[in-house]
Amino acid sequence: MLKISTDKLNSLFDAISAKQTLYITVDNENGSAEYKKYESGMTLSKSLNTVRSAKDFFFPQTENLADFKVEGKNIEVIDVREESEDFVVFGVRACDARSFTILDKVFLSEPVDSYYKNRREHGTIVTMACTKPAETCFCTAFGIDPTVPEGDVAVFFDGENYFFLERTEKGEKFIASISDMLEDGDTSKLNEVQEKARDIMKKLPLANLSTKSFGGERLMEHFNSEKWAELSESCLGCGTCTFVCPTCQCYDIRDFNTGHGIKRFRCWDSCMYSDFTKMAHGNSRNSQLERFRQRFMHKLVYFPANNNGEFGCVGCGRCLSKCPVSMNIVKVMKALEDK
Amino acid sequence: MNNDTLIPLIGVVTDIRQDTPDVKTFRVNAIEGGKVFEHMPGQCAMLSIPGVGEGMFSITSSPTNKEFMEFSIKKCGCLTTWLHAMDVGQQITIRGPYGNYFPVETNLKGKDLLFIAGGIGLAPLRSVINYVRDNRANYGDVQIIYGSRSKDDLVDYQEIIDEWQADSNIQVNLTIDREQEGWDGHVGFVPNYVKELNPSTSKTVLVCGPPIMIKFTLTGLKELGFTETQVYTTMELRMKCGVGKCGRCNIGNKYVCKDGPVFRFDQLGELPDEY
Repeated sequence: MLKISTDKLNSLFDAISAKQTLYITVDNENGSAEYKKYESGMTLSKSLNTVRSAKDFFFPQTENLADFKVEGKNIEVIDVREESEDFVVFGVRACDARSFTILDKVFLSEPVDSYYKNRREHGTIVTMACTKPAETCFCTAFGIDPTVPEGDVAVFFDGENYFFLERTEKGEKFIASISDMLEDGDTSKLNEVQEKARDIMKKLPLANLSTKSFGGERLMEHFNSEKWAELSESCLGCGTCTFVCPTCQCYDIRDFNTGHGIKRFRCWDSCMYSDFTKMAHGNSRNSQLERFRQRFMHKLVYFPANNNGEFGCVGCGRCLSKCPVSMNIVKVMKALEDK
Repeated sequence: MNNDTLIPLIGVVTDIRQDTPDVKTFRVNAIEGGKVFEHMPGQCAMLSIPGVGEGMFSITSSPTNKEFMEFSIKKCGCLTTWLHAMDVGQQITIRGPYGNYFPVETNLKGKDLLFIAGGIGLAPLRSVINYVRDNRANYGDVQIIYGSRSKDDLVDYQEIIDEWQADSNIQVNLTIDREQEGWDGHVGFVPNYVKELNPSTSKTVLVCGPPIMIKFTLTGLKELGFTETQVYTTMELRMKCGVGKCGRCNIGNKYVCKDGPVFRFDQLGELPDEY
């Protein structure tokens, strides 16, 4: 497998970013990881994962959908869409890589969302195999192997070298474009690292989490469960879980009058919010119980009902570490599963 | 780049009719005349005034009308208040058509039809009623039971009197909630009137109105011997995208904007009661 040694990684980043925009994971001053546009001298984060997911690259938190010019009774629609530049995201974990295929099922199904599709076509995903999964990780419950992540190119680190494996045609082209900086490498130490990671995974507290009690065929049974009252009781409706979630894709569309034209924006929204379904004449989900239930039913029952059994969760564990009242999808699954 | 459904087209308001104290019917044309797009009875469109908001409205005109589209809109929130303040000539943005439609060319063909509407609930059914009138040979008996709070709140009253009641092929039964001077017709709530009229269970029913009216009408119909498989309704939930992606109108694994708004009651029975 082609590889590059640690000391040459930054010269590789320099070479990639000379041709197209490169985003890498870096540690910020608080010690947590985030994606940043690469500038010479930045170093790749050693953290397991970023606080925010990688969905922003294709489905940004806020985006301008269209502009309007209003003059008297006349309206002009201005198409503000621009062809995205080619870009590379380096350091995506297996969970987030899978989230893109889940988002694809929403945004690339008919009618195709051209805003999302444009970025998806221009982005190259370079994933990074996990070596030390955390206690909040449960991606394996959803059939993800974090030691061999999806994406266009998967990168494996053996402590000294980064190995590159193409996973798509786009990835093959990407490796070809940097091949003059790579060299053939011995993968024997890599196998050891992978074995070690798999051993850690087997011992993780959520290693035995099972999805077998969930899926579309048990829609009414789970919806009518009495457990929702207790589970949702502590929910503050803050929406943090939806904002850090790599697969949450609900959105709002709003207009803003800038004083010199009107801008229409699409923004992330949350089914946990009380005004999400509120209309002039009433609200179809009046209580936090109903809103809480909606989020988990969507991921564990409604989404698989419409997508051949695939769940709307990738087990990244962000909601486990970020919920202010320590409520999360794992607790919901354990409460509702067959005993 | 492909065109995107979220980027709207422009429509011009070419006529405004004050139907009731709080309902106006807006005629909408393309800038160059004619319709902005074609639709089927029961489908909806997203209308917006940029800077105010966008909302989903049923298209109340029949697709057999080749000249224009109409929207009967009740003033009840921010956007609808703005729409009610419009003058003729105002441009709005419009995108669609969205959702499924009443199965006028399949399940409803050849059937005896019973339309039951309450208040502004007539708006989506009017599209079907006029489609059926324009293709009269394709359907059996047609009966319309329509009620409102008062005579003044009957939407499209003039069309009902001048065209529907004048049509010997259609039976029209109107009712208002309370006695009113100048009204010698039936007085009482729609669900009770339906039971009084005791329509034949051979009919296929299309019902739309306030949720409470729909609920009691369905109960009444079942008492008369109707089954859920012969009753259709159309739903309304909050929507932003209209194409099953923004997540708002989700009920169970269905999206009202995409899989609805038209549902048969046996289909609704398989979904959570969250509407």
